[in-house]
Amino acid sequence: MNNTINLVVDGRPIQGRPGQSILEAAQAAGIWIPRLCYSKGLVPHGSCRLCTVYVNGRPQSACTQPVAEGMFVEANSQRLLELRRDLVEMLLIDGNHFCMFCEKSGSCELQALAYRFGITAPRYPYLWPQRELDASHPDIFIDRNRCILCARCVRASRDVDGKHVFGFYGRGPGKRVAVNAHVRLADTDAAVTDKALEVCPVGALVPKHQGFTVPIGQRPFDQRPIGSDTQPEKAPKTR
Amino acid sequence: MGESVGDFVRRVSHELGRNRSRLLELARAVQERYRYVSPEAMDAMARSMGVPRVEVEGLVSFYAFLSDRPQGRIVIRLSDNVIDEMKGAARVGAAFQEALGIGFGQTTADGLFTLEWTPCIGMSDQAPAALINHVVATQLSSDSARRIVEILRQDGSPEKVVRAFGFGDGNNGHDLVRAMVHNNIRQPGRVIFGHMAPGEALSKALAMSPVEVIRDVKTARLRGRGGAGFPTGMKWDFTRAAEGQRRYVICNADEGEPGTFKDRVILTERPDLMIEGMTIAAYAVGAEMGIIYLRAEYAYLRAFLEHVLEGRRRQGLLGRDIAGKKGFHFDIRIQLGAGAYVCGEETALISSCEGDRGDPKDRPPFPTDKGLLSHPTTVNNVETLCCVARILEHGPGWFSEEGSSQSAGPKLLSISGDCARPGVYEVPFGITLAEVLRLCGAEDAAAVQVGGPSGQMVGREGFGRRICYEDLSTGGAVMVFDGSRDVLWIVNKFLDFFIEESCGYCTPCRVGNVLMRERVQRIRAGRGEPSDLDYLRRLAQTVKTASRCGLGQTSPNPVLTTLDNFRGVYQSRVQQPTDGRRPAFDLEAALVEARAATGARPAVTPG
Repeated sequence: MNNTINLVVDGRPIQGRPGQSILEAAQAAGIWIPRLCYSKGLVPHGSCRLCTVYVNGRPQSACTQPVAEGMFVEANSQRLLELRRDLVEMLLIDGNHFCMFCEKSGSCELQALAYRFGITAPRYPYLWPQRELDASHPDIFIDRNRCILCARCVRASRDVDGKHVFGFYGRGPGKRVAVNAHVRLADTDAAVTDKALEVCPVGALVPKHQGFTVPIGQRPFDQRPIGSDTQPEKAPKTR
Repeated sequence: MGESVGDFVRRVSHELGRNRSRLLELARAVQERYRYVSPEAMDAMARSMGVPRVEVEGLVSFYAFLSDRPQGRIVIRLSDNVIDEMKGAARVGAAFQEALGIGFGQTTADGLFTLEWTPCIGMSDQAPAALINHVVATQLSSDSARRIVEILRQDGSPEKVVRAFGFGDGNNGHDLVRAMVHNNIRQPGRVIFGHMAPGEALSKALAMSPVEVIRDVKTARLRGRGGAGFPTGMKWDFTRAAEGQRRYVICNADEGEPGTFKDRVILTERPDLMIEGMTIAAYAVGAEMGIIYLRAEYAYLRAFLEHVLEGRRRQGLLGRDIAGKKGFHFDIRIQLGAGAYVCGEETALISSCEGDRGDPKDRPPFPTDKGLLSHPTTVNNVETLCCVARILEHGPGWFSEEGSSQSAGPKLLSISGDCARPGVYEVPFGITLAEVLRLCGAEDAAAVQVGGPSGQMVGREGFGRRICYEDLSTGGAVMVFDGSRDVLWIVNKFLDFFIEESCGYCTPCRVGNVLMRERVQRIRAGRGEPSDLDYLRRLAQTVKTASRCGLGQTSPNPVLTTLDNFRGVYQSRVQQPTDGRRPAFDLEAALVEARAATGARPAVTPG
């Protein structure tokens, strides 16, 4: 039985395995496809849409689309860069993001993507949504202002921690991350050691009692742009 | 009230077999009985169904007809579709507010009434319309709104309202329906509304092999009537060929596209035909279980549909060894929705049938491979299933006699708006828009929205276009607008709708629709600039390309098709910055806060 699937990504022939997503196969071949809701080891969610690629001309999310023999994938073209910029800018104004005093700055994947895409200021008007904070838990703080609804915490808590601490409330622009209790995180069995906290790509779930243990300037994305491990950044394109 | 919330939840959970996929029904039962799903009810639901509480809360907060705050004993939901507003919904709303002494989204102090806006309830041909609990009130005026409140205050029963206003035609007067709804069948055709003898199509189908049945449906070139137009026979082939121990047939009766109501008329007048088609589908794909997913707004038809199902069971047309065919077992249950347009999308509909939030699912896997509870599932529209029964009864040739090259057979249209004869029309596919407008008496139409908000807005120069999959593809909604209507207001209303109904799962749809509306509103307020047209187009394109499901992939259509077909309207409403001050900048608004702080008054009176 042949276990290799041949596909072409941005003109380069690469190989994938049955069941592998386009995103993973590209990653293994040294091609980085931007992503936010995807987190290695978690069931793909396909919600941020940053990993949108064209598969034989049709847009698909690379994290959910399995590889297939003979696929032609357009993964990192100019038009997709423009699309991803739009999506990152949408996320930046959909919440209330203040990088300058966010504990996550420099480790935040949303911020890092904005930098890698050369976004300096969003073109979209700020929406300034009203979002709830939850400081009830002794060790964990939820700041929904920074939440991008990627569901990493939902999946990690359910599938890795085996707890179901997180879920979603509401729909549309009013959708929020919810906790497995009436209102308060303190009334759940969440623990600061949960995988759910570790995987948060932004500063929405943060541990209490510690701050700026790694100084600004020495954090991962202060050092190297996001995605550099897979594929170093080309010259930044600015508008 | 001897029974506590906990006891009630436990009892109903037990009746539902503590089956997690029936969680939505449990939530509906709690809502019905207590007028809301309280935090303690959620605790009890989580415990007795064995699901995390956060999933219960997620479900309750997703559906518009479920509430986590106490609602009145009578909930009045006034439809705010474009057509309702054109026919005076605002005046009706004002009358309701005045008579009840509350605003929209509020509940009276005595806990008797809640007043809400709701998206299209499938009554655009008799707008303005409202739901009073499950009861439909149509052709409302401010007078009738006041009278309704009077009756409800005296008696407290929405049914009394219907008695006061009288029943509609046909089965709307049936003992189990008793609705003031009218069918308005303006042009009955031979296929959907022709004479039908229950069991005839089925017995012809059962004389063939399932593969032959599928072949006939393919030969007839039947495509899905919900709007997407996927070939029905191919869908059945996939479902039949997929590996699985069980298969399902789901009838999508979640007709939610604003301006559409033809399925409501089928459900009222031709339920036998639809169920017959569904039974044939089950035979073709090898399913033993079927679900009719009925939108919450049509709950008033439920008892009647149950009665029709029961009648067919008695006649041996449902159940075991159907119509004497050994080994062919199939039965159907009705699943009520709870107010979510996105559930008309087939994967979201399946999520809802599984007792979850109506989030769409990733494809692949497709429902035909892994659908309901991961079993192969075919989801077909109400009208499609009616066509199936006719194809088997009269043969594929008879069916495809009418229609165009890629769109065989007839199509039901739901026509509403500025026309003399709103209602349901059976027309051959390929008919021109001009012909449709002549039929419904809309000679002075200036714009027509074909396919509802997710479809296309066509101007006069496009009235020669044809209704068919190869040109103007539609699930059947045709909204007519005369020259007095503001196209940008309509676009704004459609975006309101999509924002209200987006599930919020993916970024472009959750955020992009809000951004498009912001810019359309800015242009409507006279603060638009020429560059806003390109801004809107790019935004619309991003939402269309990147969205995860059909909702977001089509929600930019009102913007895109009006930018194409009504560009002049936009251009006349934007202005080039001249004196260095950008029209987009609202000086007065920017000064509000500072003025409030300092107590200063405007130096110049605006306007």
